[in-house]
Amino acid sequence: MPLAASSDPLNPTRSFQGLLLTLQRFWAERGCVILQPYDMEVGAGTFHPATTLRALGPRPWKAAYVQPSRRPKDGRYGENPNRLQHYYQFQVILKPSPPDLQQLYLDSLKAIGVDLALHDVRFVEDDWESPTLGAWGLGWECWCDGMEVSQFTYFQQVAGVECAPVAGELTYGLERLAMYVQGVENVYDLNFNGLEGEDRISYGDVFLQAEQEFSRHNFEHANTEVLFRHFSDAEAECKALLAAGEADTGSNDPSHKLALPAYDQCIKASHVFNLLDARGVISVTERQSYILRVRELAKACGAAWLKTAGGGAN
Amino acid sequence: MPDLLLELFSEEVPARMQRKAAEDLKKLVTDALVERGLVYEGAKAFATPRRLALTIAGLPVRGRDVREERKGPRVGAPEAAVQGFLKAAGLASLDQATIVSDPKKGDSYVAVIEKPGQETVAAIAEIVPAVIRSFPWPKSMRWGKASAESGSLRWVRPLHSILCTFGAETEDPEVVAFDVDGIKSSNITYGHRFHAPGPITVKRFEDYVASLERAKVVLDADRRKEIIATDAKNLAFAAGLELVEDEGLLEEVAGLVEWPVVLLGDFEERFLEIPGEAIRATIRANQKCFVLRDPNSGELANRFIPVSNLMASDGGLAITAGNGRVVRARLSDAAYFWQTDRGPLPDLDTLADSANKLDLNLLKPLDQRMAKLDRLGVVFHAKLGTQGERVQRIAALAKELAPIVGADPALAERAAKLAKADLPTEMVGEFPELQGLMGRKYAELQGENPSVAAAIEEHYKPLGPSDRVPTDSVSVAVALADKLDTLVGFWAIDEKPTGSKDPYALRRAALGVIRLVVENGVRLELREAVRKIVVNSRRKELYHISANFDVPYLRIGRSHEFIVVDSGDYSEGLLEFVSTQIAPEVDIHVFRIDDGKPPQSLTVPHADAAASRGFPMMADLLSFFHDRLKVMLRDQGARHDLVDAVLAGSPSPLAGEGGIASAMTDEGSRDASGEGGATPHPNPLPQGERGQVGGSDDLLLITRRVAALGRFLETEDGKSLLAGYKRAANILKAEEKKDGEGAFAAKADLQLIADAGLIEEKALAVALAQATPKAEAAVAAEDYEGAMTALAELRPAVDAFFDKVTVNDPDPALRANRLKLLNQLREATRAVADFSRIAG
Repeated sequence: MPLAASSDPLNPTRSFQGLLLTLQRFWAERGCVILQPYDMEVGAGTFHPATTLRALGPRPWKAAYVQPSRRPKDGRYGENPNRLQHYYQFQVILKPSPPDLQQLYLDSLKAIGVDLALHDVRFVEDDWESPTLGAWGLGWECWCDGMEVSQFTYFQQVAGVECAPVAGELTYGLERLAMYVQGVENVYDLNFNGLEGEDRISYGDVFLQAEQEFSRHNFEHANTEVLFRHFSDAEAECKALLAAGEADTGSNDPSHKLALPAYDQCIKASHVFNLLDARGVISVTERQSYILRVRELAKACGAAWLKTAGGGAN
Repeated sequence: MPDLLLELFSEEVPARMQRKAAEDLKKLVTDALVERGLVYEGAKAFATPRRLALTIAGLPVRGRDVREERKGPRVGAPEAAVQGFLKAAGLASLDQATIVSDPKKGDSYVAVIEKPGQETVAAIAEIVPAVIRSFPWPKSMRWGKASAESGSLRWVRPLHSILCTFGAETEDPEVVAFDVDGIKSSNITYGHRFHAPGPITVKRFEDYVASLERAKVVLDADRRKEIIATDAKNLAFAAGLELVEDEGLLEEVAGLVEWPVVLLGDFEERFLEIPGEAIRATIRANQKCFVLRDPNSGELANRFIPVSNLMASDGGLAITAGNGRVVRARLSDAAYFWQTDRGPLPDLDTLADSANKLDLNLLKPLDQRMAKLDRLGVVFHAKLGTQGERVQRIAALAKELAPIVGADPALAERAAKLAKADLPTEMVGEFPELQGLMGRKYAELQGENPSVAAAIEEHYKPLGPSDRVPTDSVSVAVALADKLDTLVGFWAIDEKPTGSKDPYALRRAALGVIRLVVENGVRLELREAVRKIVVNSRRKELYHISANFDVPYLRIGRSHEFIVVDSGDYSEGLLEFVSTQIAPEVDIHVFRIDDGKPPQSLTVPHADAAASRGFPMMADLLSFFHDRLKVMLRDQGARHDLVDAVLAGSPSPLAGEGGIASAMTDEGSRDASGEGGATPHPNPLPQGERGQVGGSDDLLLITRRVAALGRFLETEDGKSLLAGYKRAANILKAEEKKDGEGAFAAKADLQLIADAGLIEEKALAVALAQATPKAEAAVAAEDYEGAMTALAELRPAVDAFFDKVTVNDPDPALRANRLKLLNQLREATRAVADFSRIAG
């Protein structure tokens, strides 16, 4: 597919949304289902059940989606040109990992306007681990002229379960990539819609106020008492759903009936923990035990998922 | 002779693993070849980010034939024996066996079995797949469709192709055919990912290297390093600057590129207000770029050197610009940290308690950070409490050690209290390697005494055998306190280094203590220092362990003078250690915090009983120091056996079979029961009271004695005296076997010598009578050279004695008396060292 003319507002080098649409199209053309963001607060695209749960079990899976990601601690009240408490990840998961995954990734960079004869793209060791998800994999951070623009991971374990087969996961940091291809130094200066003059909408027009308000919320106003309660509630609800979804003993259908709703509660607990962490009310020792509690939920949800049709149980 | 070429082509191998992987590949393949009798002339291995390569030159075409003779039964042996022999030897009939004659045993059958040597190609086809399947990557992974099955191939990253050829120079080599999980060996490789991604057909190593070079791949990591270093220096020079050399970074960068292209970028000068170390840290850690300095001022320049993997079509302008943007963003972060760390913290009102506890001034930024560290309750180690508690212990000890090292106690205490204050700063959070250094900078900015500021940085030193040892007395006090507290703490909870495992770098800490003491000439009695740590921790409850609140605690002690031990962490050793430090008149109560009841299974050693046993870890900790001292001396090329000899010598109570440990325990208990520590300057003691003097815990004295002894043994007098000693000791050993241990322990009868002795015997008796007290007095005055000189005076008498006197005289009285004389010689040398422990 030839690139659109540079005057096209949807050219990936002209607009944030153009970049996003180009990536979606690129991966759709390579057999991925294009999903929409998961409708819950998550810290990274990996938390989407389309990655966490679908990475488990034997069934092949190819998906790509944008995921708004919330990192309460990274809030900077809109004053830092590179750091956001809410940003977009573009997530691709291919199971099993295809043999030409590196080449596919490089082709996707070309598609969004990175000239590989001009830019230095490198795969630099970065082993990925998510203590809360009980997951790890090997791979790289992908550098473009010294800037990390993507994460590239071969999942080895998720929710404490060995991946068989292994899925390949690509995570593009969309704002960084957009800043790169648009040649912009401040994230808020990104052209969002690719138009000029009074029709131009910048990233700042869309998100600056949100960054300011949510930074206040994350660091100053989030009600920690309520959050502690939410954490316990989500944890309890997750466990209750996991128990309720188990097949009755002696039933001829051994599948789990509530793996996905249980996992939603796990996601919730994880985000609440991140908020509490940002509020600085979790001590260093407690921190470890909270992470452990979320991991226990994730593991149990993974085990439940493997007992469902999506997990390849029947 | 034919050569082997092997290349394993994969996705990007982590830089830090490449060199070892290449060496492992070489070792595993060559070992396996040699094991099969396939010896080679030379082998060399290489690594780039995408390939491991191995060339083995001068292999035989096939292994040697093996001829084996198997002995069979004698001719005419029973049928069963013959059949058994044929079966075992693999023969069809006796016709295939030969008959050998032996004049004594008669004729017997022998089977000659000849095994043709294995074709080298066949051996390689077996060896290489096995090596690949069991390759020792630090971390390996599965991938692709095959990973659905268990037992699928693992590699560091997906393995794509295997090149393996074998053949002589004069012919076209053949592909060694094999298959590893669907990857078939071939004679194909691939060039640079972007410049020459197509397949390349290869014959052997020479054209392989040349083809790769044409395809923009420099195979040899050392050559890549050379290119990078040379180009970087040239670029720097052309800009009127100097490269800040960095071997670790160079090695890493060489592992990130197949075709290095060195560029030069810059950033705004205003960022140079950030400390140079922080600029270098961020550019190095995050961007893997080199930095440059002004050769005149030595200050960092606003330039950096990225190393790219691409000959870009614009000459590298875009790459340089891109790297520059990231560097600027990183430096903006660093500038923000530098700014923020010097300003007040937002939540000052919550820090009052911590500030009071540690006597901090909350008007000063670094004091605020220390208060925050304490308030956050950051755990140093689960069983050793928080960083705040640790800092209190270190400060108390630094203050007490200050007079010993000649430091102002108030400054030492202040420096210790700020020593860890930079840990919660933004800068150190981002760049942990800047700990200490940032503390110093912030301390200078808030007007701390220069010695205090320096100590904050230097108290971590020395970080190894070649690191600089601080000399400022305040730094020395805090450095010693920090290391000793760590050592005592980990010994108290019994987490000592084992084998290759030393996660808390305790060996380094002990070596640090030794070097601090020795190189600064500090007279530090370790036992006393340890006692101080313990007493301080008792008084201030610094071993209070705050874990989860619902865990029952044990309390030991009276009223509020107690030590709290998490029952989960409770150890006999810790309790005993603690109880020895409570005065004997105090009853020890142990009870659970939750219900106030004593735990069922616990028996508390009464203070007296415990005190008599001492701090059981003390002996162990001291011998750990002695071991480190030996290692240090050995590494310096000195004679470490002299350490044992000196430790076992008389003024330290270490002689005899009980050895170091038992003697230490005695010392420890004496300290603990409150009779005061070891006498710092022991007076000469009568024979019977030897063994009561300290010294084995004074590392400076030990090294001085070892040095003096070493010099002495280099002299003719020393060598000769040692030989005389050995001779005396051997004779005594032999005769004591007959007459019993201690048979000659009494002093020689001088009257008998005067009446019936030879002239040489008399001379030795006189020499001993003169030299022994001289040597002892010199040792007592810490004049080890003097002690050696005194002993040297014995030499002529000893030589003459052995020359002329027959020890085992037929007259039993004379014999016994001469043996007593020899025993006196043996004892006299002990004033300096136990000569029996000297090797050679």
